[in-house]
Amino acid sequence: MRPEEATERPSALWVTGSGPHADIVISSRIRLARNLAGIPFPHVLSEEGAEDIVRRVQGAHQALQAEGRLKGYTFVRVDRLPPLDRQVLVEKHLISPQHAQEAKPTALLIDPEQTVSVMVNEEDHLRIQCLLPGLQLEKAWETANAVDDALEEKLDFAFGERLGYLTACPTNVGTGLRASVMLHLPALILTNQAARVGHAVIKLGLAVRGLYGEGTEALGNMFQVSNQVTLGQTEEEIIHDLRSVTEQLVGHETNARKLLMSENRSQIEDRVNRAYGILANARIMTSQEAMQLLSDLRLGVDLDLLRLPRKKTLNELMVVTRPAYLQRLAGGELEPLQRDIRRATMIRGSLRLVDPPPAGDAGGDQKAR
Amino acid sequence: MLCQECRKRPAVVRVTMVVNGQKMEMHMCEECARKKSEIEFLADPSLPLQQLLGGLLSQAEHGQAAQAGTALEEKRCPSCGSTYEQFTQLGRLGCSECYHTFGEELRPMVRRIHGSVIHQGKVPARTGGDLKLKKEITDLRNALQKAVAKEDFEHAARLRDEIKELEKHIAEGAEGGDRPAGQGREGQ
Repeated sequence: MRPEEATERPSALWVTGSGPHADIVISSRIRLARNLAGIPFPHVLSEEGAEDIVRRVQGAHQALQAEGRLKGYTFVRVDRLPPLDRQVLVEKHLISPQHAQEAKPTALLIDPEQTVSVMVNEEDHLRIQCLLPGLQLEKAWETANAVDDALEEKLDFAFGERLGYLTACPTNVGTGLRASVMLHLPALILTNQAARVGHAVIKLGLAVRGLYGEGTEALGNMFQVSNQVTLGQTEEEIIHDLRSVTEQLVGHETNARKLLMSENRSQIEDRVNRAYGILANARIMTSQEAMQLLSDLRLGVDLDLLRLPRKKTLNELMVVTRPAYLQRLAGGELEPLQRDIRRATMIRGSLRLVDPPPAGDAGGDQKAR
Repeated sequence: MLCQECRKRPAVVRVTMVVNGQKMEMHMCEECARKKSEIEFLADPSLPLQQLLGGLLSQAEHGQAAQAGTALEEKRCPSCGSTYEQFTQLGRLGCSECYHTFGEELRPMVRRIHGSVIHQGKVPARTGGDLKLKKEITDLRNALQKAVAKEDFEHAARLRDEIKELEKHIAEGAEGGDRPAGQGREGQ
């Protein structure tokens, strides 16, 4: 993969909308925090120090490639990318917002399918991440674990017998593992159960956050649930706990959807079709409005109230209608109004409704697909 | 123009927000604008978790620090030069060696965050030293007990041999004295 493809192609694997429970669990993520022994953590590193870390990881990558391992992985200097491209990587969930804003030397190691990304010089020297569609925490852990094993052969990780992997922030010490799932919970919101369920999840020692992680708001009824404790449990235990809570949330959301369909079918049908109507016809669309309407549309598809569009199209729209990606496609920065016009056009294009359907045949060609 | 948030009431206010470093403009009704600003305040990304954490522990550990006199404030990590004071402000340590330097001070806080102070998870194959072997021995011992309870003595004997082999390995390693640097030196 050429480095440019990391920002050009919208299709990271998580976008495919496949995997177990894909109607509610958008994606599963595993993140491992690792540091090089005896070297200051990134936040106190000098420019040269940070450059040295980038070079060491690049060296490890090259050595592994020479052995025919980490095949197809690309090394990208994030700090040398234009700000817009960095933001695209954030919207694709390949790097964190903090990593995109870092002024010091930063880099990214990424696999051809864009499921594994290794951030260099985020809060820790290395953040190994694997992101898969649907509920696949175990598989994501297997993948991230294998990349960790490979890198550990070439790099000396900071590790202590008692505290495990040593991290910049003591909240990550031990396994350095943060496992998380992205959930689409529109029915729990519509039935006013989200707050109650959220509190219950927090009581179980898990964290609930918005779409792009720490400090971000919930957009389009999307929530991120992750483990808080990283020390004193094995990776398998942490992942098992998160998976069982996720399965319960999936159960609650499914029940709420059934309830809505039996008690408020007309209202739901109306809401879903209104969303479709606006998305298919609007000429100006803010990203906020798009996220909410796409959430309604997704619910309609999940409930079989709408044939169109496919889940992959919905996930792609979630990425490509975000501000930075939109501008990346446009080839430069856009004024907010220009962005909103382009977004509306793009959504209409995806729903194949750029031209109004001929009278009397409305919807006919949709059903055929 | 209708409010872009609720799409019901007419938009009367223009709200400018910064989401993920992107400036966004929204036209909203008064009610939604008020709600929005409340949410933004609650999820204020400029209030970092680290600082909160730092505040929490500087308060809690204040008593101990007073007893220990001023020694705590002046202790510096020999590897990166960070002080404990800096950690309480930033919520982040300077380097991996800090876990050793400030081990005593960190211990109660780590327990409070995680409810535990002993790592149970993965051990790196190369830099983890004989810890990985020790864990394997523990697992084998458990398996051995089960085998004995089931009176599967053939299997038990095999497990016993494996344990002996691993223990021999560790003993040889200790004599050679080639344990990796920094191994097991953090807070006791």
